[in-house]
Amino acid sequence: MAHVERHQWDVVIVGAGGAGLRAAIEAREQGLRTAVICKSLFGKAHTVMAEGGIAASMGNVNEGDNWQVHFRDTMRGGKFLNQWRMAELHAREAPERVWELETWGALFDRTPDGRISQRNFGGHEYPRLAHVGDRTGLELIRTLQQKVVSLQQEDFKESGDYEARIKVFQECTVTQILKEHNPEDGEPDRVSGVFCYERESGRFFVLEAPAVVLATGGIGKSFKVTSNSWEYTGDGHALALLAGASLINMEFVQFHPTGMVWPPSVKGILVTESVRGDGGVLRNAEGERFMFDYVPDVFKEKYAESEQEADGWYEDPDNHRRPPELLPRDEVARAINAEVKAGRGSPHGGVFLDVSTRMPAETIKRRLPSMHHQFRELADVDITAEPMEVGPTCHYVMGGVDVDSDTAAARGVPGLFAAGEVAGGMHGSNRLGGNSLSDLLVFGRRAGLYAAQYAREHAGSRPRVGDEQIDGAAAEALRPFGVGSAKADEEAQGPAENPYTVHQELQRSMNDLVGIIRREEEMSEALERLAELRERARRAKVEGHRQFNPGWHLALDLRNMLLVSECVARAALNRTESRGGHTRDDFPEMDREWRRANLVCTLAAAEGAAGAAGGDAEAGRAGRIALRRREMPPIRKDLLELFEKEELIKYLTDEELTSE
Amino acid sequence: MTTDVHHGAGPGSEGIGGAVSGEAPDATRPETSYDAHFKVWRGDVDGGGLEDFTVEVNEGEVVLDIIHRLQATQAPDLAVRWNCKAGKCGSCSAEINGRPRLLCMTRMSVFDRAETVTVTPLRTFPVVRDLVTDVGFNYEKARQVPSFVPPPGLGPGEYRMQQEDVGRSQEFRKCIECFLCQDTCHVVRDHEENKRAFAGPRFLMRVAELDMHPLDAAEDAGLDRKSTAQDEHGLGYCNITKCCTEVCPENIKITDNALIPLKERAADRKYDPLVWLGNKIRRRTT
Ligand SMILES: Cc1cc2nc3c(=O)[nH]c(=O)nc-3n(C[C@H](O)[C@H](O)[C@H](O)COP(=O)(O)OP(=O)(O)OC[C@H]3O[C@@H](n4cnc5c(N)ncnc54)[C@H](O)[C@@H]3O)c2cc1C
Ligand code: SF4
Ligand code: SF4
Ligand code: FES
Repeated sequence: MAHVERHQWDVVIVGAGGAGLRAAIEAREQGLRTAVICKSLFGKAHTVMAEGGIAASMGNVNEGDNWQVHFRDTMRGGKFLNQWRMAELHAREAPERVWELETWGALFDRTPDGRISQRNFGGHEYPRLAHVGDRTGLELIRTLQQKVVSLQQEDFKESGDYEARIKVFQECTVTQILKEHNPEDGEPDRVSGVFCYERESGRFFVLEAPAVVLATGGIGKSFKVTSNSWEYTGDGHALALLAGASLINMEFVQFHPTGMVWPPSVKGILVTESVRGDGGVLRNAEGERFMFDYVPDVFKEKYAESEQEADGWYEDPDNHRRPPELLPRDEVARAINAEVKAGRGSPHGGVFLDVSTRMPAETIKRRLPSMHHQFRELADVDITAEPMEVGPTCHYVMGGVDVDSDTAAARGVPGLFAAGEVAGGMHGSNRLGGNSLSDLLVFGRRAGLYAAQYAREHAGSRPRVGDEQIDGAAAEALRPFGVGSAKADEEAQGPAENPYTVHQELQRSMNDLVGIIRREEEMSEALERLAELRERARRAKVEGHRQFNPGWHLALDLRNMLLVSECVARAALNRTESRGGHTRDDFPEMDREWRRANLVCTLAAAEGAAGAAGGDAEAGRAGRIALRRREMPPIRKDLLELFEKEELIKYLTDEELTSE
Repeated sequence: MTTDVHHGAGPGSEGIGGAVSGEAPDATRPETSYDAHFKVWRGDVDGGGLEDFTVEVNEGEVVLDIIHRLQATQAPDLAVRWNCKAGKCGSCSAEINGRPRLLCMTRMSVFDRAETVTVTPLRTFPVVRDLVTDVGFNYEKARQVPSFVPPPGLGPGEYRMQQEDVGRSQEFRKCIECFLCQDTCHVVRDHEENKRAFAGPRFLMRVAELDMHPLDAAEDAGLDRKSTAQDEHGLGYCNITKCCTEVCPENIKITDNALIPLKERAADRKYDPLVWLGNKIRRRTT
């Protein structure tokens, strides 16, 4: 096998979104040499698209806010399935993380007294989202990017080398996590680095490090209608599985209620929730504000029953209940789905979202500039004069790597950490808007901190990367060119496949069969189709050479999307209730017994050596994912006491309620 | 630019694994769809040329949709950068009929149906492959601008700033780093030799942004941002043609709001430091 370059680092961060950059800053500030690797250019990660804001209970707009209220809202939004310790840490630490951004140069919108302004969002009791118009993600990523640059400037002053202690490998993709197999000590294999290719040249290289942080974001590109970009192929989820880690909560996928529906080429692009937070309302084809009909029992006391009451809330929240447009996202998405199904949809199969009759044109342009721009440019719609047409779009995955709540360490794989959208647990069955950006900062920092600590502890005994692992990883990556594997054998099994075609069929299957409303038969069918697609993906072939070849990149991504899709489908089929981002037509109720259960996905076939070259001995149609049910630890007493008994009865079993 | 290859929209062109849904047969095609002619630059550092394509276009589509259809049906290895497809990330910059634009924000409806649409990589930066260029120049320049200097004595959570004082810098922070302004600016567009001394509009604007940040403490730390703009980042090369402003997809008034004020302040600075203070106060009250 050709020579593969190796670089030595202390900590490697996979991903340069909010979570990855925050982790990198922390690891570098701990004094460790830190490498960041990402698929896009530096500063273009998915986080840049976030619009609405960062949730943190600073209490700048309403003094009643504090971490306990934020914790409560988060648990309610997640229907109590959240890893409560993560929800607690998140609520406690978010304000510090936001304030810290100001010291790195961030410029948030201000309150009249000069503090960071905060806006309303679905499921948040008080105005809580720090924001910059509707381009908060851009501000977040640019601030972190510029902080990385400022650390590089410090290093340059000291050593003459910008990249002495923190380096970004941009437009490079990790295809395997490498591990050191040590048969003697009986301990689990520990992480030794990552195998990567450079997109520009197709060249392979290895970053060796005792600690690796996954911060790769989500999985939305497995669905046809999505707000997510090409980066969201579930790489980190799959890398973790393949490295022996487990994923939890994969059945919970958030469909954001308001994506664009017309024209077809923009279908799925996000319409920020701020539109509703700032006063926008949803109407059906009959002009009715239908959300009043969809307030579920668990939320009845908290939401308005009439338009007058709802409208009064924006000015006087203490004496009015919230408008039902601001229910958590799963509720709103289901309601829109039901209206369209009942024949009360808009011309292009959505519903109407209107701000034009709710506030003056100038206010709209100031508060929602990028929405105004997006609709004008892409749909010929002037949102100051007419309503938008919107419908649900696949947006966020609640499920992810099973991690330790405090340290972000992946369970079962020493040296592996995960933070941000790729980590599971924090958001339970449904994430509140704004809680992702704060999650990135809180757990990105923690992952960087504990990865640095781990790396320091293992500085004396760095794990080795064996040549055979590198050869295996290289062979897997070259497979789509028909190089390195038993080519003739495979072609005997069927014709070569176009990776784009396989991808489109995968997206359609997941969208139609494991989408927003789920049924047993459909999910079983999805699993069959996935098995078929898995075989076809093995025959995916590409043309041309390795230099910036998107067909090749996609062919490699298929492995990840198929693994992750199988996790979603299997877990969704198993969970016989409806909760948050998982809605079953055949089991429409929430079941308190299920509240305590996490579904845990692992790789099924016990593979031989760690990181073997991607399942040549694959177990065919049987599937690659094993599922097991695990009890969640009971919620700590003082946290439970933050809720009224009457509310807890809706979620917890009698046994849980009386156990203390 | 030497080669000239033709690709048809019909079957059999790059047939791996059969038809792709993008290639609907004519009979089932809605009224609103048509075949467009495209010329796309393909090649790498060693050279290349425009290739002809005939490709389906549907209602509401943008140029990036067409490039994606080419990838899926005719040219699977056609290289292009993109991420958000909503004008938010600044990845998909290229030149369309010679004009620097975002592929994802250029509607097909702005072209006549009979018109040939020509897509080429950004001219100012070295080509990597097809529509992808090496934009490393910009990252180098970014590193040369000294970062925000936090005011000593103010801890996290203690920053107080008025909206009208942050507004100007916020305008500049809308920048999505598409580098279209960098591409279009004549100072570097055909003048490789100027690249060393000139940071380009995007990064001169970054200097202005920090200079106008109400709490930036560079001044106290002995760093004069205005004079560095002039002396180290090549502000003097800019002759305020406003070409950068014209191509900015975020509609940032780069020249009027960043470069001209920076020039004025740099000039003021040379004669009388107090003028700067006066400017700062005046800005607050207007
Ligand atoms: C349109 C939109 C609007 C949103 N608005 C909000 C909002 O207002 N508030 C909020 O809280 N949340 C919002 N979200 C959600 C939030 O933006 C995301 O959940 C969050 O940004 C994810 O951040 P991350 O750091 O986990 O990953 P990302 O920012 O997605 O970064 C992932 C990184 O990993 C890299 N990567 C992935 N795979 C590999 C690989 N194999 N090898 C190397 N690198 C790899 C990528 O290149 C990228 O750099 C929004 C999401 C969308 C799509
Ligand atoms: S105004 Fe200055 S920076 Fe902008 S394009 Fe003209 S010369 Fe270049
Ligand atoms: S200033 Fe405008 S044109 Fe220049 S990089 Fe930023 S967004 Fe692009
Ligand atoms: S793809 Fe993000 S700006 Fe065009």
